[in-house]
Amino acid sequence: MRMKRLQIPLTVAVVVLLAVGAYFVPTVPAATMGPVTDPIGVVKVAKGQSVTIAYWLVVAGPDASLGVDSRRGIEIAIDDKKAIMGFPIKLIGEDSGCNAEGGVTAATKLASNQEVVAAIGSSCSSEAVPGAPILWKAGIVTVSPSNTAPKLTAADRGPDFDGYLRTAHNDLVQGKVAAEFARKSLKVGKAATIHDGSPYAEGLANAFADNFKKLGGTITSQEAIAPTDTDMRPVLTKIASGKPDLIYYPIFIAAGGFVTRQAKEVAGLQNVKLMSADGTFSPDFYKAGGDAVIGMYHTSPDLSEKALGTRYTAFLQKHKQKYGENPLSAFHAHAYDAASMIFQAIEKVAKRDSAGNLYIGRKALRDALFATKGFRGVTGTLTCTKTGDCADPKIAVYISNSSDPAKWDPGQGPGKEPNKIYP
Amino acid sequence: MAATIVAARIRRSWFQRLSVIDLFLWGFRAAVLAAVVVGTFATLRSGRYAGEVWLDFLIFGISQGSVYALIALGYTMVYGILRMINFAHGDIFMCGAYTAFYAATALHRAGLFNRYPPLSLAVILVVAMATAVSVALLVERVAYRPLRRAPRLVPLISAIGASFFIEYAVRGLYGSGFQAYPEFEVFKGKWNVFGVGILRTQAVVIVATVILMTLLYLFVMRTRTGTAMRAVSEDMEVASLMGINVDRIIVITFAVGAAAAGAAGVLYALVFKQVHFFMGFYPGIKAFTAAVLGGIGNIPGAMLGGLFLGLFESVGPILVLDGLGIVAPYQLKDVIAFTMLVMVLIFRPSGILGERLAGKKA
Repeated sequence: MRMKRLQIPLTVAVVVLLAVGAYFVPTVPAATMGPVTDPIGVVKVAKGQSVTIAYWLVVAGPDASLGVDSRRGIEIAIDDKKAIMGFPIKLIGEDSGCNAEGGVTAATKLASNQEVVAAIGSSCSSEAVPGAPILWKAGIVTVSPSNTAPKLTAADRGPDFDGYLRTAHNDLVQGKVAAEFARKSLKVGKAATIHDGSPYAEGLANAFADNFKKLGGTITSQEAIAPTDTDMRPVLTKIASGKPDLIYYPIFIAAGGFVTRQAKEVAGLQNVKLMSADGTFSPDFYKAGGDAVIGMYHTSPDLSEKALGTRYTAFLQKHKQKYGENPLSAFHAHAYDAASMIFQAIEKVAKRDSAGNLYIGRKALRDALFATKGFRGVTGTLTCTKTGDCADPKIAVYISNSSDPAKWDPGQGPGKEPNKIYP
Repeated sequence: MAATIVAARIRRSWFQRLSVIDLFLWGFRAAVLAAVVVGTFATLRSGRYAGEVWLDFLIFGISQGSVYALIALGYTMVYGILRMINFAHGDIFMCGAYTAFYAATALHRAGLFNRYPPLSLAVILVVAMATAVSVALLVERVAYRPLRRAPRLVPLISAIGASFFIEYAVRGLYGSGFQAYPEFEVFKGKWNVFGVGILRTQAVVIVATVILMTLLYLFVMRTRTGTAMRAVSEDMEVASLMGINVDRIIVITFAVGAAAAGAAGVLYALVFKQVHFFMGFYPGIKAFTAAVLGGIGNIPGAMLGGLFLGLFESVGPILVLDGLGIVAPYQLKDVIAFTMLVMVLIFRPSGILGERLAGKKA
C-alpha cells in the first residue's frame, strides 16, 4: 500500500528531473581553446591527427545507389584536396536508411563524436527533418548533397536548422521544370501525381501540381502510397478513372519500380506517359522497373557536358578510374561540391597555435559556410542564401530508351542512357 | 404478475451490467458502421467508378489476399498446435523467395526459363519450398524446441529474435539491396475469363493458391498424419498417451506451414518481381492479421481471413474513404485493414471461423 501511494509522487519527481536534465544537456557552452573562442564550441585537431569529416547517407538497402553515389563524390573531393592546412582529411560515416528513424540514428551517432568537424548529408529529405537539428545541437554543421524538399530551406524552417545547408537544388525548381516539360513539350493536358508521404516526394509532387495548374493543365488526382507498399494496382486503377495523360511519381526506387511495372497492367493506363524524378534516377531503378521503364521520363540534375562544362568531364574520368563504372545516381557532383565548400570554409576559419595544433570554431565554420558566395564548383557557381540553399540549379528531363542497368550513362547525345531531351 | 417482476429484474440487471466500456464499444461499432455505410453510399452514388473497375479491384484484392492466406496458414497451424505465434514465419517466406531468385536467374541465364515455363516454375517452387522448410525446421530445433516447457512468453521472444537473426543473416549473405526476378513471357498480359480480363500472373497466383489450399485441407482432414495433427492440437498429452509422436507432428506442422510460405514467396515474386531481405516483414504482419481475422488456429479461417484482408486493402480505401471525401485514400490502406480487424474482433472476438476456445487453448 505504501509503495502504491509513493508511486505518483515518484513518477512526477522523475519526470521533472528528466525535464530539467533535458533542458540543460543540449546547450553546448561557449569555449575557448588555443587561439579560438567560439560561442558553441571548438574542435581541436592535434598535430599529426586528421580533420574528420562525416557523411550520413543511405549506403545500404534498396536506395543505396543514392548514398554510395554521393559518398564517391566526397571521396574524390578528398583525393583532390589531399590536405587542409597540412592536416590530412579523414572520412567517417553512417548509413541513414532513407527514412526518419535511420536519420535520427545516424545523426545521434555522429553528434556524439566530438572530433567531427562538419557533416555531409543526408541523402533523403525524410532523414534531414529529424536528423539535422540533432547535429546542430551538437554544433555540427551539415551540407546535404541530395535533399531537395522545399521545406528544409523554407523561410520558416526554424532555428533548429541553422546548421543546415544544401548543394542540391530546391524542388520548387524541379517541380517547375517537370510541369513546363509536360505542358509545353509533351503538350499534356491532364496529369496525376503519386507521393509516398516523405517530405521529398510530397513537396515535389505538390510543386509539380501547382505549376502544372498554373500552366493551364488539369490535375486529375493526387494520390499517396506508403514507401513499403507493393501492390500499386488499386491506386493506379483509381488514377485511371480520371483518365490522365501523364503520371508524375517522384518517389524512391523500390516503390517506383512497382508503380512502373504495374502501371502498364492497369486497364486505361496502357498509353499513359510515366515520369519520375531524381529519387529513382539510378541504374538500380532499371532493375526494379524492368522493361516497363522504356519510354518513361525522369526529371533530374542536368549532367550533360553542355550544362556543367569540362570540369564535370574531368570529374567523370576520375570517377571511372577510381570505381570502374559510371556514377550510380545524380548527386555525386553535388557531394563533391559540398565537400569542397566545407574544405574552403575550414581553411577560412581554422587557426593554428605555436605547437602546430589546429583549432576550428563551430559557429565560425557555420557562418563561413553560409557566407559562401560565387564558389566555383562542378555543378556551377554556388552562392548560399540565408536559409541554406546553395545550389546553382540546372534541371533536365531525360528519357529512357533501354532497361539495361549496364548501359546507364546519363547525358545528351547518341549512346547516352538515359538521354537528356529537355531543355 | 410474477413473470413481469422477473422480466423487470432481468431488464434491471441488464441495465446494471452495462458499463462505460460497453457504451464505448457500442458507440465505436455504431460510428465505424456509420462511416462505412455513408462512405460506401457516397462513393457508389458519385458513379465515378464503372462496373469493370470494381471487378478489377476485386481481382487485385483476391490475388493479394491469396498470398496473405498462404502465409497465414503457417501462423495458424503452429498456433493451433503449440499455442505460440511464430513471428519468424514472415522471414521464412522471404528466405524461400530470395533463394529461389538465384534458381530463377540461373534458369534464365541458361535460357530454359522461357522455353519450359511450367518446368522452370516447378523447379523454382521446389527450391523455394525446400529452403523455407529447412530454415523453419532449423528455427524450430534451435529456437523453439528447447523452450517447449517454458512459459508462453519465452518462445514468443525467441521467435522475434529468430526473425531478426534470419533477416540479418540473409542481408549478410545476399546483400542489402534488392534483386529483380526475371519475367515469364507466358505470364505477361491478360487472359479473358468469362469476358473479364485477368492479369495472367494474378490468375496463376489465384489458381495455385486454390490448389495448394485444397491439398493442405485434404492432408489435415483425410490423412493419418493430419488426424494426428488435429489430435495434438486438441490435447498434446492425451495424444501422446495414444501413441502419437508429438515431436514428429510438431516438426511436420512447421514443415507444412513453411512449404506453404515458400510457395507464397514464389507467387509473390511472380506478381511483384522484387525481393530483398526485409520483404517478409510486412506480408508477415499482414498474414498474422489475416490468421487472427479468420480465427487463429483454424485452417479454413486463415484462408478466409487472408482473402478478406486482401479485399479490404484493395476495395476499402476507395469504397469507404473516397466517398467520405478523403484525399489520397490509399495512404490509409493499412488503417482500413486494421480497423476491419478491430471491427471483426469486436463483433466476433474469436475471429470469423474461430470457435470459442476452452481456457487451456486460448
